[in-house]
Amino acid sequence: MKLSRKDMLGIVDLPREEIDLILDTAESFKEISTRKIKKVPTLRGKTVITLFFEASTRTRTSFEIAAKRLSADTINISASTSSVVKGETLIDTARNLESMNPDIIIIRHSAAGAAHILAGLLEQSIINAGDGAHEHPTQALLDMLTIREKKGTMEGLKIAIVGDITHSRVARSNIYGFTKMGADVAICGPAMMIPRDIDRMGVSVYYNMEDAIKGADVVMMLRMQLERQEKNPFPSLREYANHFSLNRDNINLAKDDVLVMHPGPINRGVEITPEIADGPYSVILEQVTNGVAVRMALLYLLSGGRK
Amino acid sequence: MKLLLKSGRVIDPSQDIDMVMDILIEDGKISRMEKDISISETDSKDSMKIFDLKDKIVTPGLIDMHTHLREPGFEYKETIRTGSEAAVAGGFTSIACMANTDPVNDNRSVTEFIHKQARLAAMANVYPIAAVSKGQRGKVLAEFGDLKNAGAVAFSDDGNPVTDSGLMRHALEYAYSFDMPVISHCEDTGLSSGGMMNEGFVSTQLGLPGIPTIAEDIMVIRDINLAGFTKTRVHIAHVSTAGSVQAVREARSAGINVTAETAPHYFTLTDEALKGFSTSFKMYPPLRDSDDVEAVKEGLRDGTIDAIASDHAPHSSVEKDVEFEYAANGIIGLETSLSLCLKLVDEGILTIGQLIEKLSVNPADILKIPKGSLKTGSDADITVIDMNKIWTVDTNKFRSKGHNCPFNGWELKGKAVMTIVGGDIRYADFKL
Repeated sequence: MKLSRKDMLGIVDLPREEIDLILDTAESFKEISTRKIKKVPTLRGKTVITLFFEASTRTRTSFEIAAKRLSADTINISASTSSVVKGETLIDTARNLESMNPDIIIIRHSAAGAAHILAGLLEQSIINAGDGAHEHPTQALLDMLTIREKKGTMEGLKIAIVGDITHSRVARSNIYGFTKMGADVAICGPAMMIPRDIDRMGVSVYYNMEDAIKGADVVMMLRMQLERQEKNPFPSLREYANHFSLNRDNINLAKDDVLVMHPGPINRGVEITPEIADGPYSVILEQVTNGVAVRMALLYLLSGGRK
Repeated sequence: MKLLLKSGRVIDPSQDIDMVMDILIEDGKISRMEKDISISETDSKDSMKIFDLKDKIVTPGLIDMHTHLREPGFEYKETIRTGSEAAVAGGFTSIACMANTDPVNDNRSVTEFIHKQARLAAMANVYPIAAVSKGQRGKVLAEFGDLKNAGAVAFSDDGNPVTDSGLMRHALEYAYSFDMPVISHCEDTGLSSGGMMNEGFVSTQLGLPGIPTIAEDIMVIRDINLAGFTKTRVHIAHVSTAGSVQAVREARSAGINVTAETAPHYFTLTDEALKGFSTSFKMYPPLRDSDDVEAVKEGLRDGTIDAIASDHAPHSSVEKDVEFEYAANGIIGLETSLSLCLKLVDEGILTIGQLIEKLSVNPADILKIPKGSLKTGSDADITVIDMNKIWTVDTNKFRSKGHNCPFNGWELKGKAVMTIVGGDIRYADFKL
């Protein structure tokens, strides 16, 4: 089986079979990262560009390691070192990169739809590494891989996503992914951080943390992104932590074998207390490990590889 | 040169006429309109042109009461010449242009400059709309009296709302004393600022900040209240929401002097169109959901919405070929407006006569300009429409400098095939 697409822009139009394909492939790639020589020749001669217009440590590094373990050549461009600071448009930047014949371009951008612009313009495969508050498909895939590994399936699981849903691309991609895989998704956050009509995405909405995580198999905490709230900011981090923090009291409402997840970076003491982030339920660092495997799988499959 | 338009179906709602007639044009005026005008011996081929308009519709020249011609200041987007060329190509003999130029049309010299450029272009009649406030900054009223004397037909800060209710009140009262309309761009910026598209399920899916319908509704209701309290009048620009339509409907039945316009995209497209992130669908107010589209259609059908205007807003690729968030608001419309409006006739929402009212008679009434009628003696501004002509929208063929058109590639039915301004044929899509 092959992927039926040139680009990976979002989970919204990714069928369940293709999600399974990517996760299966990722599972088989995981072992490479545990070898003494962590490199296979699969993508030798391919050129992968990461084009990051937004700060990132985890995602960019993860993509680069994934590409390198498959022997691709990688070039990293970040907004501060590119022509963007000289006023070049995204389209001009993309056309210039295209002229150097890369095979895959991975883009992160603060504007929703930025990856779509590139995908429509260029012949190369485009991977969306996060566009505004729209989608972050590789994060959702690594989250799904982590849950599938731990629980065997997502079918019938109760998954709670808590935090600033309005500004979260992780939430959107995961809602699409989890619901496609058969999970019951609950979202929760302060009322002004729940976007209009989100229940039509097939989720249940809670404004109270206790109700949202009661009986949950998975609790995913999102980072409180105060920097995105230019207008009408939330009263304070203290107010937020008082009502929407995962801590040793409310964690008991979830199932005994609950998985605690977080896309990072975490704000210790805000949306999650340190003892929970570092505690026995936490799979936060396993998510990061799985990120490399999922991105290897995606690079491989988008390059024409098949399972 | 005399023109004789023979055998067209003449529809002139201002005179309650809908029948096959001939129209004779002499000295730029309509001199006769009768069943069968015979050609006298004194008329030779050199002194009279005769057009057989069998199966065509002949109407008072169409009026687009809301356009942006971008001159002075943004000539790279559009000029008064290219904009008025686009107008006649779209069947419009008269257009009114908004004041958000650079410098803003808030003083006599800019109004006179627009008139001068329009005369030089010699295409459509161009009626400048002057700013409500100096610099459109919403602080101090512009010199309404002087602007009227210079040839402005209305006042509007369009592009921006008049946020200060006290200033808006004064604007309504002062404009009314000169018998001039104020055209209101209704937007509560506290609710809309930062927004990129209609707030709803689609904005939630796309992760784009939303502009709620109530940002429009609240200001429409404010302006209706101001007009009612001051016993003046107000015209609501680009109505896009069910709430606005209902507010105008109720105000009208309560006897408040309010008129309203909408634009073709608000009854043709929904916010679903934004799913590909194309900036050709980005404008203010934004495309709404299907309930709003239905309400706008109902408002057109029951007469709540008096006029249809294109809100022609040309931009260059510099402003549009960028990330959705950074793209400028606005789409062009002069060359697609009529065909999109004719869909309303096809769908049975309006009769062709009612459509002509909204595209000619009513805009003339609202702006109080001596247009919108084929009465004998009036200026020979005439649009000839072929209801059955099928054509494909191709922005590369447009007269407008703008290519920011969401309908590019659409196949449309019905089109202006001849546009006559002051007895002069300014556009024909056949060889003369």
